[in-house]
Amino acid sequence: MFLACVRVMLKRSVLDPQGVTVMGALKSLGFDTVSDVRVGKYFQIAIDAPTPDEARPAVDEMCRKLLSNPVIEQYDFDIVAGGAGK
Amino acid sequence: MKWGVVVFPGSNCDRDALWALREALGQDAGFIWHQAKSVEGFDAIVLPGGFSYGDYLRTGAIARFSPVMESVEEFARRGGLVLGICNGFQILLEAGLLPGAMLRNDSLQFRCRYVHLRVENEKTPFTLACSKGDVLRIPIAHNEGNYYADEATIRRLIENGRVVFRYCDAAGCVTLEANPNGSMENIAGICNERGNVLGMMPHPERCSESLLGSADGAMVFKSLIKFWERGERPSRNAGLR
Repeated sequence: MFLACVRVMLKRSVLDPQGVTVMGALKSLGFDTVSDVRVGKYFQIAIDAPTPDEARPAVDEMCRKLLSNPVIEQYDFDIVAGGAGK
Repeated sequence: MKWGVVVFPGSNCDRDALWALREALGQDAGFIWHQAKSVEGFDAIVLPGGFSYGDYLRTGAIARFSPVMESVEEFARRGGLVLGICNGFQILLEAGLLPGAMLRNDSLQFRCRYVHLRVENEKTPFTLACSKGDVLRIPIAHNEGNYYADEATIRRLIENGRVVFRYCDAAGCVTLEANPNGSMENIAGICNERGNVLGMMPHPERCSESLLGSADGAMVFKSLIKFWERGERPSRNAGLR
């Protein structure tokens, strides 16, 4: 059992109004050194496969088909040992 | 003409759409459950507003894989008339039946109010009862209506007359102030290349009888009825202009 850790972010070319708002809040809290904030999504997916490499194609397909929208988002992921082993 | 209104878990404008079609416009209309394997017997399909699947992941992202959507896609490919309203528009985008995507409103606020729409193309099956430049008063109610597409797609939509509605002021001027959500080019509604699939964020079903404050929304349904009664059918790549 492995754990796929998937990050989905808005593309750089797409304005992230949530990130802009969070940055404004951080600045108002006194965090003056903050220069950019982007808000994204993080998924942990427990997946059965003999090796991490063999889990990759399925995770990649999940990202393309459902977890991200390629028009506005990009994704990347790691596959680590773990998962919801009982 | 037989209308079908698709009901997803979380749809909440399905009954309004059915009411507008049956009661305000005297049409033959019924519901189609999201588990349905076929849309046979229907001449026009409405994907209603709401929060299908709780808007989880992205608006429309899960509904797009509902069993019924396979037949809706096939129906659309054959030239069937499909109208996506609000969440229905978002589902059409996720399904790839229309180009682009919806972002969160630039205000980060849910917008629920009347807006003005300018009819940019009166030659589509959805607008032929209107004249070019007509201003319709129709309410919006959404959190993700900030239409986004890459520059080439936007250019193609404009050049081919596929931007059907734009947010404008009461006088019909397309201004920054009249844009309720940050949509590129004030886009409120677009259609596909063939002109048989339209997605719009405003809710025509909520204003299809004057008792509700505006009957402008009926123009969209009346256009489709007129189109159908003329015996016209969307033809492949007929060109909208």
